[in-house]
Amino acid sequence: MFYREAGDFKTTYVDDNQTFPIKFDRYRYYAVLAFAVAVVPFFINDYWLNAIFLPFLIYSIAAIGLNILVGYCGQVSLGTGGFMAVGAYAAYKLMTAFPDVSIFFHIIIAGGITAFVGVLFGLPSLRIKGFYLAVATLAAQFFLVWLFNRVPWFYNYSASGQISAPERTIFGHAVTGANVAPWVAYLFCLFFVIVSAIVARNLTRGSVGRKWMAIRDMDIAAEIIGVNPLTAKISAFAVSSFFVGISGALFFTVYLGAVEVGEAFGITKSFLVLFMIIIGGLGSIFGSFAGAAFLVLLPVLLKNTLVTGLGWPTDLAAHLEFMIVGGLIIVFLIAEPHGIAQLWRVTKEKLRLWPFPH
Amino acid sequence: MPDQIIFGMEVFLNGLMAGVLYALVALGFVLIYKASGIFNYAQGVMALFAALTLVGIMDGQVPFSHLINAVLGTDFHHFGWHVHSLLAIILTMAVMVLLAWGVQRIIFRHLVGQEPIILFMATIGLAYFMEGFGDIMWGSDIKKLDVGLPQGLNGVIDEVTYNMFNYGFFIDNLDIVATFIAAALVGVLVIFSQYTKQGRAMRAVADDHQAALSVGVSLNFIWIMVWSVAGFVALVAGIMWGTKSGVQFSLSLIALKALPVLMLGGFTSIPGAIVGGLIIGVGEKLFEFAIGPLVGGATENWFAYVLALIFLVFRPQGLFGEKIIERV
Repeated sequence: MFYREAGDFKTTYVDDNQTFPIKFDRYRYYAVLAFAVAVVPFFINDYWLNAIFLPFLIYSIAAIGLNILVGYCGQVSLGTGGFMAVGAYAAYKLMTAFPDVSIFFHIIIAGGITAFVGVLFGLPSLRIKGFYLAVATLAAQFFLVWLFNRVPWFYNYSASGQISAPERTIFGHAVTGANVAPWVAYLFCLFFVIVSAIVARNLTRGSVGRKWMAIRDMDIAAEIIGVNPLTAKISAFAVSSFFVGISGALFFTVYLGAVEVGEAFGITKSFLVLFMIIIGGLGSIFGSFAGAAFLVLLPVLLKNTLVTGLGWPTDLAAHLEFMIVGGLIIVFLIAEPHGIAQLWRVTKEKLRLWPFPH
Repeated sequence: MPDQIIFGMEVFLNGLMAGVLYALVALGFVLIYKASGIFNYAQGVMALFAALTLVGIMDGQVPFSHLINAVLGTDFHHFGWHVHSLLAIILTMAVMVLLAWGVQRIIFRHLVGQEPIILFMATIGLAYFMEGFGDIMWGSDIKKLDVGLPQGLNGVIDEVTYNMFNYGFFIDNLDIVATFIAAALVGVLVIFSQYTKQGRAMRAVADDHQAALSVGVSLNFIWIMVWSVAGFVALVAGIMWGTKSGVQFSLSLIALKALPVLMLGGFTSIPGAIVGGLIIGVGEKLFEFAIGPLVGGATENWFAYVLALIFLVFRPQGLFGEKIIERV
């Protein structure tokens, strides 16, 4: 009834090509944005921030990054954790080396550095394909984590081998360190999320994105019709790693504050982000958000119902979570390979006709 | 002879032994990949699951006792009997066959004809599922596994090398046993795939699914069989690693050790898995011995991967893999 295209006439190409061509979608999008920017900061407290909002926002950026590589360009990567670590350590080195520069720029530059590292490890993708490549990206994962663990220069020779974020402010409000107001940290991350999503969305529907998708669908055929596999794959690795690096930098500076690399950026992190995009939907920006939300909320819900509600021991709930996540991956791959995003699409398709059957 | 060379030789021998264990895990991958085109990431977790089940059966643990206790408020953990290791191994094997059937029936039947990378991700999901399942079924504490394999310093080698170089090599008995068992296993597998009806059918399926189907080979049966064989290999690997370092979560990480072995040796080749395993085993131990102290140690974590990565850039199909021919 209310979700329809009828009467929504497009008179220019710009209108026709906008991200949300259907009016209802567009207003819903504005409403969500307005809610996130103007309403949530007034109600957010420490628990909501640390249990749900920060992980959700930061993982969303990582998922968008990985989705560009896996979902759009078809290059499966298991090195996300390692690249997040690059972002975190780059941010740390920059923060301590240039304390006068705003942390905002540190995080952007950290993303740039990660993009460079990503390109280095992406180069073999020109020769290696499929799961050979997936396994090869594990080399990045293990090597990078080892590097940050063993080379003291990266953690400024601190005795514990950990890195911890010094206090930095933006417009007079602390965003890192011990005295962060929840709404500041939230808005800081939200800003990065919104910009990343808009950039990613527009990249993927422009010519770069179409090249990526051509490579994904059949790389040899793409090469024959004139897509340069070198630039397409390398740009996908660069853009993807840029986002992943930013999320790693935020993960360390804003969310955790102090990081031990093997624990925070181990291979489980790589799998977690990969699972987010499988469950959320490969090749969909909305899917990245949906998957991140799902996998951030699932442990919280399980913990609240099983441990707090039923009084089960924590480890049992943790094992059950493993089973559920693994099972869901399989169920989604079998029943809905395009994930939650596809379910959402189907729902919208249904809504367009509702309440009429045809 | 200078000390360094003697130490190097000891490291080399130990590397060979470690390589055999890697090859053992890699073998399970190759079997499934050849027969069904599935790159089974869950192989390591299968080894963990097999070892957990074996210990559980031997100690007479009540399956899911943790869960049952939590739900019903009861408190029991053991049946109170001990099962002989041989019988326990047979029972575990039965569980692994059941698992193979379930995996084939519930998961991969529905994914026939999907892209390999989708199947790969499904096995990652399977790995997660089984990790949680194994822990819920048998508990996640570190368990000791003892099926009566010899362990500890091998006296003969120690003595012989001491007489030769004035320095006794430390070679674990378990590693020697593992080498023999791995050799025997490979022998059995080769005989099985060359001379038995089922083995031939398996190779036919590996060669061409449709052609095999058209001459009356049951794909379903072959796949269940292959998963069972891979389960058996996982059980052997689980016993070896479990005896060596206890049955615990980290056992499943041996899959990560086996991946570079596969890349090096080629996904489709049994000899490749063995040669690759030996190269990686020796390479990482020697690298750690020679270069490790200079760069802060613990290079074993990544050396194998970087070696395989560099190698793949020059030869994308691995040492013994079939040449990849792509058509549009």
